[in-house]
Amino acid sequence: MAGKARPASDVPAWLVGMPLSYWVVGIVLLFMPVLANDFVLFQILGWSFILGMIALSLMFLGGYGGMVSLAQMSIAALAGYMVAILGTSGVQAISLHWPWWLYVPVAIIVAAIFATMIGALAVRTEGIYTIMITLAIAAAFFYFTRQNYTIFNGYSGFANVVPPELFGINWRRPIPFYYLALFCAAISYLVVVYVSRSPFGLALQGVRDNPRRMAALGFNVVMHRVVAYTFASVIAAVAGILLVWQNAQISPGTAGLPAVIDILVIAIVGGLARPIGPFIGALIYVLLRTFSPDVLLTLGLPGDRFKLMIGLGFLAVVYWSPDGVLGLWDRWRTHRRKAADPLTGQGGAP
Amino acid sequence: MNGFVHRHPVWTLLVVLAAALVLWALIAPWPDGMEAVFGRKRIFLNAVFNGITLGALYFLVASGFTLIFGLMKNVNLAHGSLYLLGGYLGYEVAEATGLWLGAFVVVFVAVGLLGILLQFFVFRRMEGEDLRQTLVTIGISIVLADVMLWIWGGQSYQILTPEWLSGPVRLPLVTGMRGEGELVYLTFPAVRIAILVASIALGVLMWLALNRTRIGMLIRAGVDDRDMLAASGVRVQYVFVMVFAFGAGLAGMAGIVGGTFQSIVAGEDMRFLLASLVVVIVGGMGSILGAALGAVLIGLAEQLGSVYAPTYSVVLTFLIMALVLAFRPQGLLGR
Repeated sequence: MAGKARPASDVPAWLVGMPLSYWVVGIVLLFMPVLANDFVLFQILGWSFILGMIALSLMFLGGYGGMVSLAQMSIAALAGYMVAILGTSGVQAISLHWPWWLYVPVAIIVAAIFATMIGALAVRTEGIYTIMITLAIAAAFFYFTRQNYTIFNGYSGFANVVPPELFGINWRRPIPFYYLALFCAAISYLVVVYVSRSPFGLALQGVRDNPRRMAALGFNVVMHRVVAYTFASVIAAVAGILLVWQNAQISPGTAGLPAVIDILVIAIVGGLARPIGPFIGALIYVLLRTFSPDVLLTLGLPGDRFKLMIGLGFLAVVYWSPDGVLGLWDRWRTHRRKAADPLTGQGGAP
Repeated sequence: MNGFVHRHPVWTLLVVLAAALVLWALIAPWPDGMEAVFGRKRIFLNAVFNGITLGALYFLVASGFTLIFGLMKNVNLAHGSLYLLGGYLGYEVAEATGLWLGAFVVVFVAVGLLGILLQFFVFRRMEGEDLRQTLVTIGISIVLADVMLWIWGGQSYQILTPEWLSGPVRLPLVTGMRGEGELVYLTFPAVRIAILVASIALGVLMWLALNRTRIGMLIRAGVDDRDMLAASGVRVQYVFVMVFAFGAGLAGMAGIVGGTFQSIVAGEDMRFLLASLVVVIVGGMGSILGAALGAVLIGLAEQLGSVYAPTYSVVLTFLIMALVLAFRPQGLLGR
């Protein structure tokens, strides 16, 4: 991006410096309701934004913090559960019927506290152990919600959890929900980009690359890691609230182990290097999940084998391109650049 | 041992007292007051024995996992899939031939071969790349789980207990007293006792093999310093393949055991992967004794928890893990 701000213009520099692709993607997404039908808006794009946000929280931890946490889906589901428990749901015996302006912040705070506790446990270990411990925590959360009836209503969970009728709009209608999800996803994306360039984000990346040197420089390594968990959990919690509103229900299966692993698949397939990766991964996942039965049936295979396709696709990605689709894209671009003659510099893209 | 007694006399006394209390609770008939608080002794004893048997099963699964991790630093998240595959294959073999013990041999060889393939095609190519190995094995477990669901469907299978192991056994443990002072003894399924005894024997054999034989010496040397072992002329890749095959085969055999005293159904792979993770986190990575200790602890916590606090038993398991992580991040017997 050539950030040459025109001095005479009164348009702020960041607006002028914004790459063209941002404008294109932004405008396409804003005017999507003109092009797409309700199913695409609600089921495909809305769901992609939500899964993308949960995967984004994993990307923040994994990409900037070097901690691959598999508990992000559980954190999202806890926020969703909080909405169902504190707000209104079909289970009259448990739900507390709080107003939305109370239960939404409380749900996010509870999820953040939960995530901070997970973080405090997980940062005691490193690398591969983090994956194992967070996987164990995620599984424990699943089994706990399934067997606990007094708070989480056990196997059946909560149904009829709907968003509040704010400004007289039914937010579960496809177009309002699309804009709601788009808004939250865009904000989380921008916040992650912003935080990654803030002193905290830079220190976190320093901790990822060399914790001992950062400790020697006087940074509190453990604190940075734990705060990263807390920050990421807020994004996951917002996504969890959107998820429970979109499905209008939540049950232990929402955070079951397949769902937990799907988030990892999404983040890895998209690429952990940049915050846009998780959204690309989520879109690919949702498209595969939605249309693979049709594709499989036309190929003459049984239609319920989409997990196999996702698994094989995931294997192919991690086997040949560990940095995901983004990595493929980057390599293709450098390849095109290399096509230019290295001595004369002619030909190829600049 | 003696050093510990001399250094910590108070702790030793407490441990001895606790052991005596547990022993008394296991052997003697309970007074009425105690039964009022803790419920029937039979229930408690059953929970304890079920917990230990479950621990034996966990040990079978987790010891392979911890051995593979300790030696190669390979995190094989497809370990649960190997367990499930072993269970399904064992069911097929036992159904086809009627040989329960025969199934163990077939499954050990078959799943061990799969382990060799895994080591050869996956782990050897990405040595030292922790994250990639983890991701690839997660991918493999997704694919294997779906293929197994394709072949065997979603219903649960039960491997029949062979004739000579079915029926109950009376244990010399008193559960209570009838009116005339006649003692009632605990009865327990014979097959579970057999599984328990077999796991203990296997654990002892593994310990002996690791600590008393040449091959065990090579493995221990590999755990400590792989590069040095390779430099001293040992074909370290052969040792790796062998250990991987053994660990995988063990997981497969555990599948038969699990299919005999519980059942085999899609989704169990994740349950047992989780169990092995928790067991090795609690016991300490790469330690056989640690795996045994962790397995018994987790098995007991699960069974006692499900008897005395049914809706919170998972939390108990999780609490044990959290406490261990908080005070001994390397695991109880880890180094």
